[in-house]
Amino acid sequence: MNALERFRAKTRTWLEENCPLSMRTPMPEEERVWGGRQPKFENPDSKIWFDRMVAQAWTVPAWPKEYGGGGLSREESIILGEEMGRLKCRVPLFSFGISMLGPVLLKYGTPEQKAKHLPPIARGELRWCQGYSEPGAGSDLASLKTRAEDKGNHYLVNGQKVWTSYAHLADWIFCLVRTDTTTKHAGISFLLFDMTTPGVETRPIALISGGSFFCETFFEDVIVPKDQLVGKLNGGWDIAKQLLQHERGMIAQIGRAIGGKVPPVYKVAKKYLGDENGKIDDPALRDAVVQHTMNDRAFDLTIKRAAQESEAGTASGGASSMFKFYGTEQNKKKFELIMKCVGTNGLGWEGDEFDDDELMICRTWLRSKGNSIEGGTSEIQLNVIAKRVLELPD
Amino acid sequence: MSLLLNEEQTLLKDYTHSFFGEKLPISALRALRDGKNETGFDRDLWRQMAEMGWAGVLLPETYGGVDFGYKGLGQVLEESGRTLAATPLVSTVLLSAPLVLEVGSDAQKQNILPAIVSGDLILALALEETPRHTPANTALHAEADSDGYILNGAKTFVLDGHIADQLIVVTRTSGAPGDVDGLSMFLVDGGANGLTRKRTTLVDSRNAANLTFNNVRVEPDALLGPVDRAYGALEAVLDGARIGLAAEMLGSGLEAFKRTIEYLKIREQFGVPIGSFQALKHRAALMFCELELTKSTVLEALTALDEKRSDVPQLASLAKAKACEMIELVTNEAVQMHGGIGMTDEEEIGFFMKRARVAQQTFGDAGFHRDRYATLMGF
Repeated sequence: MNALERFRAKTRTWLEENCPLSMRTPMPEEERVWGGRQPKFENPDSKIWFDRMVAQAWTVPAWPKEYGGGGLSREESIILGEEMGRLKCRVPLFSFGISMLGPVLLKYGTPEQKAKHLPPIARGELRWCQGYSEPGAGSDLASLKTRAEDKGNHYLVNGQKVWTSYAHLADWIFCLVRTDTTTKHAGISFLLFDMTTPGVETRPIALISGGSFFCETFFEDVIVPKDQLVGKLNGGWDIAKQLLQHERGMIAQIGRAIGGKVPPVYKVAKKYLGDENGKIDDPALRDAVVQHTMNDRAFDLTIKRAAQESEAGTASGGASSMFKFYGTEQNKKKFELIMKCVGTNGLGWEGDEFDDDELMICRTWLRSKGNSIEGGTSEIQLNVIAKRVLELPD
Repeated sequence: MSLLLNEEQTLLKDYTHSFFGEKLPISALRALRDGKNETGFDRDLWRQMAEMGWAGVLLPETYGGVDFGYKGLGQVLEESGRTLAATPLVSTVLLSAPLVLEVGSDAQKQNILPAIVSGDLILALALEETPRHTPANTALHAEADSDGYILNGAKTFVLDGHIADQLIVVTRTSGAPGDVDGLSMFLVDGGANGLTRKRTTLVDSRNAANLTFNNVRVEPDALLGPVDRAYGALEAVLDGARIGLAAEMLGSGLEAFKRTIEYLKIREQFGVPIGSFQALKHRAALMFCELELTKSTVLEALTALDEKRSDVPQLASLAKAKACEMIELVTNEAVQMHGGIGMTDEEEIGFFMKRARVAQQTFGDAGFHRDRYATLMGF
């Protein structure tokens, strides 16, 4: 047995002994663990699971040990992922700190910033949010106006962010601010600050799906110490772009994870349309369902191929935009198809006349519409492919 | 499980790319068409390809083959698709050689396979009888008598049928059209008595023929494989052909797309390249995604064939369906984005659309394969 096989065997045993059985079932959205100063554990088992994974440093298996990571090699983290998948273990901690800020700090942070911020992220002690979009800066993100003025020993931040996911529950924010008003992309910086700083106010926005995990966030004379600037002054755009790649990859995956709670489309189709001779009993919808399923398979194979190419060093650019575009459009189509299969049973907003799955389908269908808007719209992704991959002229 | 090419496969792909580019560019297909060439391909060039081992790419060394596998052949087919090269790769290498290898007797293998490898023997599979691909609908009747079989009926859309030295004819020996049981295959000489062959001139300028069998007599040893139970082997070989054809279509799609993107960069209207218009950029990016998805399904399907996996039928339908959907989109957009020039015979982009529609109908179109995939998956 080689070292990797030994690692796999050890990991498998550990997971079997330590992952509570209820943590091996599909996760309702309200049972997600986000950590933070006031962590919430709807299911007591999720605290046990969270604590055990934190103790292993397997919330961030591939981060270096000195910053609270598991210090696993790439191969080892893949094995851990495979073994967790085999047991259907839940993700122990959802965190923008892990998926978005962490990679940026590892690349651009000073040793002091890494030592200060990464270990609490790994342990889920602080919950982060992302301050990017503004009322006047959506797709044209670089036109953002939130101002950070240099006041000698600190920055003074004034302005407004919007679509700040879970800002009302977050402890800290990573935020794009304008530090030079005479130029566009080259006048943006990347700041970190505590959401309890005086002058920070958040207001949740009610969405078409009835949820409200996005906020408007207001900054009025917020004082931010200068050592909370990440990277160079006016060098924030490069960081923003890098981070968006992580975000796009994550949204494409989250879209699929949200979909993951819903049974596969063909099962919904069979349940609601009937199953004469083993065939979905509506030829038009059967064809639509199979076409969608085949595109899903082709998309999964493309993700697999891109991973192999990136490992072999033969990857071509543009992959993250393609995945963000295609994955989110697929997810939207999936819910449109499910709504068609479920018929009027999918139209319920609330109440006992509909079962929980049907109510969830309707809400999730509405929520899925945001997938192709957040993190760069589908249209922006197509622009990026046209420019970076196809090299079409401006 | 790798979806990447190994070094040998990459070298083969690079080599075939130059070969088809130099020896069989689209102008060669145009010359065959305009010269009303009866053979429909260049026999000397086919011998050259055979010398390089391409005719025996799927065959073991026992018969002189190079046993390079489907993933290797897929690269040759993809590159042949880039220049729309007319060759007997599909009829002889993809369909006939694996069928004889799979179910042929020792004598049949010895007689046929080395001659395929050398490029001397062209074979064709006579299967279709109706305008849409449905293998089980075979009606052409083979009646056993004391010294063999007598064949009566008709076949259509037989690729390379009018020039093949030998035909593999799918016949019904029992049951009724629609039954998967009751099918048998026979080897029939191209010049057999009672066989009439008529070349059909198709939109893609490639080879296909209609065949009529009027009391065509064959010896007992002409039977290829078991009586009444040909369907399994036939479907397995058809799956290989569907995947191989998807690889060819991928090559055609990539080339038509490349030419279209180049045109968007040089064609100017309103004082700017038309490729700067967002309406065209987005459609170009959509085509890019469809090509990437198709490429992944083709590579996975070729790999599954070489690994003899049990999910080959699903993957064959996945790859062929995606290739059909992709190529319809890409060739339609290619002509549209070329504007008026795209409608002219002089511009080559139209050749891609013409070939695409024939390839789409060959061995089942997107609708056929979506239905088949759904059935295989229990939808």
